[in-house]
Amino acid sequence: MAALLPTASGTPAAATEIPVEPPAGMRRRRWIPYALLAPGLLWLAVFFVYPVFQLVMASLWDPSGSVETGYTFTWQFSNYADAWEMFHVQFLRSLWYALITTVVCVLLGYPLAYAIAIKGGRWKNLMLVGVIAPFFTSYLVRTYSWKAILSDSGPVVDFLKWAHLLGPDGRLLATEFAVIAGLVYNFLPFMVLPLYASLDKLDTRLLEAARDLYHGPVRSFFRVTLPLSMPGVIAGTLLTFIPAAGDYVNAQLLGGPNTQMIGSVIQSRFLVVNDYPIASALSVMLMVTILVLVTVYVSTAGTEEVV
Amino acid sequence: MHGFWRWIAEKWVLLLGFVLLAYLFVPIAVVMLLSFNQPASRNTTYVLDFATFDFTWNNWTDMCGAAGICDSLMRSIYVGLSATLIATILGTLISFALVRYRFIGRGSTNTLIFLPMATPEIVMGTSLLTLFIGLQIPMGFLTILIAHVMFCISFVVVTVKARLAGLDPRLQEAAMDLYATPWQAFRLVILPLVLPGIVAAALLAFSLSFDDFIITNFVTGTSDYTTFPMFIWGSNLRGIPPQVNAIATAMFLISFAFVIAGQLRTRRRSARRAATS
Repeated sequence: MAALLPTASGTPAAATEIPVEPPAGMRRRRWIPYALLAPGLLWLAVFFVYPVFQLVMASLWDPSGSVETGYTFTWQFSNYADAWEMFHVQFLRSLWYALITTVVCVLLGYPLAYAIAIKGGRWKNLMLVGVIAPFFTSYLVRTYSWKAILSDSGPVVDFLKWAHLLGPDGRLLATEFAVIAGLVYNFLPFMVLPLYASLDKLDTRLLEAARDLYHGPVRSFFRVTLPLSMPGVIAGTLLTFIPAAGDYVNAQLLGGPNTQMIGSVIQSRFLVVNDYPIASALSVMLMVTILVLVTVYVSTAGTEEVV
Repeated sequence: MHGFWRWIAEKWVLLLGFVLLAYLFVPIAVVMLLSFNQPASRNTTYVLDFATFDFTWNNWTDMCGAAGICDSLMRSIYVGLSATLIATILGTLISFALVRYRFIGRGSTNTLIFLPMATPEIVMGTSLLTLFIGLQIPMGFLTILIAHVMFCISFVVVTVKARLAGLDPRLQEAAMDLYATPWQAFRLVILPLVLPGIVAAALLAFSLSFDDFIITNFVTGTSDYTTFPMFIWGSNLRGIPPQVNAIATAMFLISFAFVIAGQLRTRRRSARRAATS
C-alpha cells in the first residue's frame, strides 16, 4: 500500500500506477456502508415493509370484528371474494381509467418532451420549468381548478353547447371525461420528465444518420428515435399508471357516482365505514395487480427493446 | 407567405411544445383569476362564470381570514421542514453507501429504495393506518411525520445518487494524494460538489411533503393536526374559502421566483466560467 502513496519525490511513473478503486482507508473499513445504510433502511423496513405485511394480515382478519371489540386473525380468505363481489366494477374501472390516462399522457407527453429535448435550444430550461410549474401549487387546488373550468356554467361547457357538441342540459362534470381529463393533467409531468431525460441523452448525429439511411422523418422517428427513447417511455408509463390507478382525488372532485374509482372505495371503507378487513383486501388486491402488471410490462417491453 | 410556411415546417414541433405547456398552465391561470373573485357563497368558489365574476382584493388582503387556514399552512410548512431534514439526511447517507461502496446486499437495497416509488400512495397510506391502529399509536404530528419521511427517502436517494454517480472517483484520491484525511477530502472536496444534488433533493422532499394529501389523509385520523391539503379537503362539505386561491397563487409565484432565480444564477455562473477559461 505504501507504494501507492505518492512521496515527496514521487515519480510520474508511480502516479500512473494508482488504480481506479476506493482509497485504501475506505476499503479496509467494511462496516462503513452498513452504518450509512442502517438508519434509512431501518425507517423503510419499519414504516414501509412491515406495514404492508400488517395490511396483508388485516385483509385476513375476521370481518365480524370492529375497532372497539378488536379483530381476530382467522385466515379469512373469503374477504377477497367478498371484496371482489362488491367492488369489481370500481376495480376494473380504475385500471381502465389508468390505462386511458397513460395512453393519452404518452400521446401528449412525447411531443412535449421531444420539443424540449431536441428542438428546445435556448428555451430548454424555461420549458422544463414550465413542465414542473403545476407542482408549485397544491394538487387539490389544481384539481378544483379543473372543476371550475369544466363546471356547468364554465367556458368549456358554454363553447361545446354553442358548437352543438353538447346538448342543452349536457354537462362535463360527473362524467368519465372529467375524471380522465383531471388524471391526465395531474400526471402528465410524470410522463414528460423521464421522456425528456432519455431523449436529451440521444446523440443528435444518430438522428441525422437515420435521416440519411431511411429517407424521411417519419420512418427515422419510428426506427431510431422511438426505440432509443423506450427506457423513458417505460419509466413514464409506470410513473403515470401506478399513481393514476390508486388515485381518488380526481374521481371524488370531478366525477360522480358512476365514475367512482377503487381509491375512493378503499378510502371510504377505511375512514368512513371502518370496515378494515375488506378495505385491506382491496388495497392488497390493488397492490398485487399493479405489481404483476408492472412486472409483465417491464419484461415484455424490455425484450422488445433487445430485439 | 412562403417564408411563413417554411418557418412553420421548421418550428411546428417547438410550437406544439409551447401549446402543451400552455395547457399545463391553464388551471394555474384559473386559480390566479379566481383569487380575485368574491364568490356568492363558499360553495361557488370553484365555479368559473364570467357573468357572475365579482372582482375583489379581499382574498389577498385578508389571507388568513378563513378560520384555521393559516394555522394549517404553518403546520404544513413545519411538517415539510421536519420531514425534509430527516429524509435528506437518511437518503443522502444511503446514496453515499450505494455509489461509493461495494457491499453485500446492494441489489436488495436498490429494490427496497425503488419499491415505495412503485407502490400506489393509497396502499402506503392504508398499510400505515393498519400499523398505527395495531400498535395503538395516536394519530397526529408524529404519524404524519413518520409517513412523510418514509415516502421522501426514496426520492432523495435517487436525486443525490444521480449527482454522486457523475462525480469522478479520482477526485477523492487526488485530495488524499494531497495529504487530506478521508474526512477532509469528504468535507472540502466531495460535499461541495454533491451539495447541489442534496439541495435539489431537499427541495423535492419539501414539495412532496408539503403537498401530500392521499397518505396524510390516512395517518391524520381524528386528530386536529390539519395540514393545508387536509384543510382544503375538509372544507369540501362546507365550501372552500376563496382565500385558498390567493394562498395557492402566492405559493406558485414564490416557487416560480425561486426556480427562475436559481436558473439565472447557474446561467450567470456558467457564463462567467466560459469567459474565464
